[in-house]
Amino acid sequence: MADKEERVPVMQQVLDNPFLLLFLGITIPTVLYVLWGVMEIANIPVAH
Amino acid sequence: MSAILPPSERIWWNQPIDKLEFTWIAIALVWSLAMFVMMIWWHIYGNQNLANETYKTTKEMYAAKAQAVVDQYTVRTGTEAEKQFPIVKPPAGSDIYMIGRLWDWWPIYELEQGKTYKLHLSAMDYMHGFSLQPQNINIQVHPNYDHVIKITPNQAGVYSIVCNEYCGIGHHTMVGRMYVTKGGE
Amino acid sequence: MTTTYRICPRSGLQFDKDAEKLMRWHAVAGVLALLLGGIMALGVILTRWPAVKLLEADVFYMWLTAHGINMLIFWIIFFEMAVLLFASSTLLRCRMATPKLGWVSFWLMAIGAIMTNVAIFSGESSVMFTSYVPMQAKWHFYLGIILFAVGALITCFIFLGTLVVAKAEKTYEGSIPLVTFGALTACIIAIFTIASGAVILIPTFLWSLGYIREIDSLMYRTVWWALGHSSQQINVSAHVAIWYAIAAIVFGAKPMSEKVSRTAYFLYILFLQLASAHHLLSDPGLGSEWKVVNTSYFMYFAVLASMIHGMTVPGAIEQAQRLKGYNKGLFEWLRKAPWGNPAFSAMFLSLIGFGFLGGISGVMMGAEQLNMLIHNTIYVPGHFHATVVIGTTLAFMGLTYFLVPVLFKRELLFPGYAKMFPYLFGLSMYMVALVMMGAGTLGVSRRHWDMAFAGAPMAYEWPGAAYLMMGLTGIFGVIACVSAGLWILQIVFSLLFGKKLEEGETRSTPIPLTLPAPTPGGAAHPPATPGTMVLALIFLTAFILYYFVNWKYLSSLWGMA
Repeated sequence: MADKEERVPVMQQVLDNPFLLLFLGITIPTVLYVLWGVMEIANIPVAH
Repeated sequence: MSAILPPSERIWWNQPIDKLEFTWIAIALVWSLAMFVMMIWWHIYGNQNLANETYKTTKEMYAAKAQAVVDQYTVRTGTEAEKQFPIVKPPAGSDIYMIGRLWDWWPIYELEQGKTYKLHLSAMDYMHGFSLQPQNINIQVHPNYDHVIKITPNQAGVYSIVCNEYCGIGHHTMVGRMYVTKGGE
Repeated sequence: MTTTYRICPRSGLQFDKDAEKLMRWHAVAGVLALLLGGIMALGVILTRWPAVKLLEADVFYMWLTAHGINMLIFWIIFFEMAVLLFASSTLLRCRMATPKLGWVSFWLMAIGAIMTNVAIFSGESSVMFTSYVPMQAKWHFYLGIILFAVGALITCFIFLGTLVVAKAEKTYEGSIPLVTFGALTACIIAIFTIASGAVILIPTFLWSLGYIREIDSLMYRTVWWALGHSSQQINVSAHVAIWYAIAAIVFGAKPMSEKVSRTAYFLYILFLQLASAHHLLSDPGLGSEWKVVNTSYFMYFAVLASMIHGMTVPGAIEQAQRLKGYNKGLFEWLRKAPWGNPAFSAMFLSLIGFGFLGGISGVMMGAEQLNMLIHNTIYVPGHFHATVVIGTTLAFMGLTYFLVPVLFKRELLFPGYAKMFPYLFGLSMYMVALVMMGAGTLGVSRRHWDMAFAGAPMAYEWPGAAYLMMGLTGIFGVIACVSAGLWILQIVFSLLFGKKLEEGETRSTPIPLTLPAPTPGGAAHPPATPGTMVLALIFLTAFILYYFVNWKYLSSLWGMA
């Protein structure tokens, strides 16, 4: 057994947590791509 | 001991990174950032940036604007091969409206080399693809959106506008034309 | 309900028998979609070959629609679901979560795939893979894709559930294997992909039934590409995982650094999906800030990740080979690699082709301004045949050679063809991708029945070189189609008539994974990898040159602002 005394580094804990990764992997593209993109389109001015 | 087994060290995050591997990561990072900066740099110093000026419009409104330009500046009628489309020669700096519809680009514009025009693009039915040949400038054309692009032709000649967004069975017959002349100077 | 496990005597892998059966069915369904898509490919390529021009326009567009959907969605996602099941229950040596639900998911996918194909082949749904509004397909075209997506989504959650099971039942120690981590990346991207697909396709389905009056074309394109492009990013994650897996299986290669490889995957999870913007760079209405941030995967961090994988996979192989004593010069490790083993040769051709052809072209066309040079030209299919066919499909095909004895328990028939196949198919696809990109650089349109514009009053005449390249596309495309067809026959014949192999021990409790003790000292100093570094620098040089050549070309065009 590996010794349990050494703490697991934070980044390793992040990478070992599939649900945190899932959250990040959905949120970032949803905000940067989908929501931002949809807002850009919604804000296109109307021609006269 | 391998990629299909769990890491053999409980704490792998602190393992040292191979020197060559690290070098490559550094090089790749620099190149990635350079490519990122390149796009921004071209926005400032480059001459070919696709404008984002766009308006929501309707097909009727857009068609009426195009018709008005055609009515005002038509210089002659095209040959039979040109479907007898109006050939329109607006002054430099004008707004010129190009209509993409099943299955042609209407009308035919005659522009002057070195002059700047405000080219408007919109579609009347499905989406179309504005593909200017042999320049090879390709822009997506949507219905109900009026996309305004300032263009400055840099070479005289006869240009074709191929439709390169699939728009139904007659898609391959959708080819328009544009003339660029040397101008008076 | 009890779970039974089988220990494969050939690989030592342990299969949950429910999961194993599901993997087999998914793989077979995928190959059937590949077969249909392949027949369509032959029709498409023989029509775009100007001297042949096989199909009528309406049939061509119908076949092209079927080709795109069967290849890009059905073949690849069916196979990926098998990969997810393998990477979870098999590699973690645990039982699969909710096997019954697994079958619900499989049949949803199968019914969806059939329904969409029925819609396409009964006509009036030749709307291409992208089904851009306002062009409308029949309602069951959209419904089929929706059902397929829901099925795939369920399998993604079964994958996550299986990770939870393995952790709770302690079938492994520490972190999940790197390959499983890659599969997790694919799964996360798949969930984003499918959710975006639902957001846009459900309204489109209702629109086709008449419940919604209009769908905005720009909105559709923007959200649809979160499905259309991200679905191909699932492939990237999955086939990179397969590269690592094949390196591990064939060479016993250990990742150069768990930290580096996992961080690279982490960058995929965060940023890879943003590249959906590649398709909207020449569209109106979306601001340059949005375009630049998204198209560059947020400062090219996902490209960085791919460049890292592209080095660490061959690097791991080089280390493993050098440890075996292939130490002479820069490249003995590579010369002495098992080039006759189709799993390896397919994987290596996949890696090189994906990087040099797919990667470089993808980044070039993903630069905001450069995109205008190739938007909607046949350059685009040239690029994604390098990524999806050479990168993903070839890797999957190579893996299948490994799976025939291990998963299907049959001896492979015609092993001579297997040796040859990766070269025959892989290299002809290299040529297809290259000549398509060549024709696209000259402006030739994609999704276009006739480059001679028959019947057009103001026809444009492409340069002769464009015709030459489209002819070459035809020739190499036919070679690729035929060799892939023979591959399908080889696999199907092997599954049906190959010698049955020993089943191996079956038992009702899983054998937990025991790891060898960490190697003290020795593992800390694995051999250096100068050969891989040289390959990487050659790649970088090609990349930089090609990138700037295109900026030079762009600068010669009409001024635009």
